Amino acid sequence: MTQPVTPRRRLGLSGRRRLTGWAYATPTAAFVFVFFVLPLLLVTQMSVSDWGLFNGDQGINAPHNFSAAVGQRLFWPAVRFTVEYTVVTTVILIGCALGLALLVQESTRWTGFLRTAILVPSALGLASASLLFYALYSPDSGPLGRVMRDLGITSGPVSFLGTPGHALWSTVALIVWRYAGFYMLLLLVALQGISADVYEAAEIDGAGRWKRFGHITLPLIRPTLALCTILCVTGSLLAFDQFYILTKGGPDNSTLTIVQLIYNAAFQGRNDLGLAAALSIIVLVALLVLNIGQFRWLRGRED
Amino acid sequence: MITKRSRSQRRRHSLVALVAVAAVSLAACSSGSGGKGQTVAQGGINGTDDGASLTLWTRAPLELQANLLVKAYNAAHKNQVKLTIVPNDDYVSKVGAAAGSGGLPDLFASDIVYAPNWVRAGLWQDLTSQISKLPFAGQINKGHLDAGTYQGKQYVLPFVLDLSVMMWNKTLYKEAGLDPDKGPTTLADFVKQAKAIQAQHKPGVYGTYFGGNCGGCDVFTWFPMIWASGQEVLSSDGTRSLLDSAAAKQVYSAWKDLWSAGAVDPASKDETGATWVGPFQQGKIGVMPYPASLLPTVNKTVDAGVAAIPGVDGGASTFVGGDGIGVSKDSKHEAQAWNFLAWLMSADAQVNVLAANDSIVSRGDLANNQYAVKDPRVVAINKVAASPDSKTPIAVDFQQAFNAPGSPWVTLLRDQVFNGKDNLSQDNSAINSVLSQ
Repeated sequence: MTQPVTPRRRLGLSGRRRLTGWAYATPTAAFVFVFFVLPLLLVTQMSVSDWGLFNGDQGINAPHNFSAAVGQRLFWPAVRFTVEYTVVTTVILIGCALGLALLVQESTRWTGFLRTAILVPSALGLASASLLFYALYSPDSGPLGRVMRDLGITSGPVSFLGTPGHALWSTVALIVWRYAGFYMLLLLVALQGISADVYEAAEIDGAGRWKRFGHITLPLIRPTLALCTILCVTGSLLAFDQFYILTKGGPDNSTLTIVQLIYNAAFQGRNDLGLAAALSIIVLVALLVLNIGQFRWLRGRED
Repeated sequence: MITKRSRSQRRRHSLVALVAVAAVSLAACSSGSGGKGQTVAQGGINGTDDGASLTLWTRAPLELQANLLVKAYNAAHKNQVKLTIVPNDDYVSKVGAAAGSGGLPDLFASDIVYAPNWVRAGLWQDLTSQISKLPFAGQINKGHLDAGTYQGKQYVLPFVLDLSVMMWNKTLYKEAGLDPDKGPTTLADFVKQAKAIQAQHKPGVYGTYFGGNCGGCDVFTWFPMIWASGQEVLSSDGTRSLLDSAAAKQVYSAWKDLWSAGAVDPASKDETGATWVGPFQQGKIGVMPYPASLLPTVNKTVDAGVAAIPGVDGGASTFVGGDGIGVSKDSKHEAQAWNFLAWLMSADAQVNVLAANDSIVSRGDLANNQYAVKDPRVVAINKVAASPDSKTPIAVDFQQAFNAPGSPWVTLLRDQVFNGKDNLSQDNSAINSVLSQ
């Protein structure tokens, strides 16, 4: 009698445990399914279908959308600009954030004020920040041009968004202003996680300021630096708001990012959701490859 | 896939059902049966006013007029219209999403240049027989009606008109020794007068302004210069661009001349359209082609003169823009929706609501109404709107070819004015390849 009962009881127990496990996991799984897997499947289906914004699904037409996406006259310029923008932004932004973090790390009288001042822009939405800079850069009503003229930096009126180079650097300035505080905060936490003993020991051994930075600080905050880089690269590759508001891709399509291209394909004239979905899939795959690469590299160096 | 197919099947079933109901109710029209599935013609020429609740969408630039019209309609009818204003840049995507899911409102407006595309996509219902029964059908703005006509059927009526006119700042004209009561009557006049303002070297003041990075702005203001010169911008079927014509070339070179002479506000070069109407209102611009609908706003800050847009050797034209409106394919209150449209076209709505609030009327016979006659400029604007030389360009892919950021038209005009590139035929064929796809 007892022998058959025991395994059944054990089974019942582990079954119940398994059930509890499923119950815990279900909400998350459902969320992931509804808000990630389903949309992804839908986008995939769109990307292989003739799917207009107004007329809906007209059936499979693969691989037409993908060849049309790559064949667009602005596709390669957009890819090139997006990569260029990502490199410039990431280097400058992470550099500035690290500098600021080192600056405000040491506790002086002004630290509280400085930290707040640098962090405040992060509380502003990116779209609002872009509108603010749109006004600042305006040749008619913006004060920046006048200030530069009064300081003798330029003689004539300044066109902040008028040439491809100006438009790029003006946007990078906005992004650095908006995000430097956020990355500074992340790096600050990493910096403060380094024990003062390590520095003291190095100092006793006669290590100078730069040696300490290169051999202690940098290696110890590398995981955080890597995280910041991944966040920044991904964010920059998906740049949209700032360019949509400041330049609309101009002048002469020189600041058109890949996400703007997706938006234009869907809602600005072509009204072709299939094409937009194909572009999205291309971007998704590129991001996946890039992120996997970055993680691999990170893990390899940690080993 | 499976769910999609069954949904489209369901849609087809419901379409069959709708057609069947429509046929039945048409047959029963004389006996006046009510109930669901009424067609547009069900309520006769005035439509049905039975206390139905109607929905109407429009984009934010028309908020003022839309609010006035809906308020006046709701006050005088049993039907009640619920208005939804959508931000300009979100409008196409919102309509697109609703069209895909069968959730369009009873009535919705569209930028008139997008109407040919949306009519082809079947977003509106056929209004042909109803429009033809209106006693003043021949007086309704032709540009808008034509833009909403496909295969001989009319789907769209004018909701709110907007026109481009030449506007000049009379105060600046007096200071520069120009006749403040006489604006430019030829393209050369326009260039001369803008340069004369610039020659005053008044700080912050420029001869003229335009949207250098805004395709829609320049479609609206430059096309009339070509029309007034007696040439077309598009082939009649809208699949070929004629923007490399002799008149077009003279328009580009006039702007290039102004730009090189420094008579154009430098802000024009990166103007994306967000602020292109601002500088004139601030009194900083001498003369420019401008939206007539903004005259009431301009009046608050600037003493402005108004005339039609001239061509190379005179002539007068305007771009008949604004928004058209129709009954959506998804409406279940077609007869009630028609009641709103019939009222919208009536003298009551046109004169007592639109004209009384300084807006342009959509009927030629009402150009000389009691409100307009108080200001000769408004009468002039109304007359230009009704003139046969005033046009609305019609092309299915208009948005992609002209209005979209980075469109081939923006490339063309920037190459012509700023970049000094001689690739007009190449840029024009880029427009052609979009129009003809």
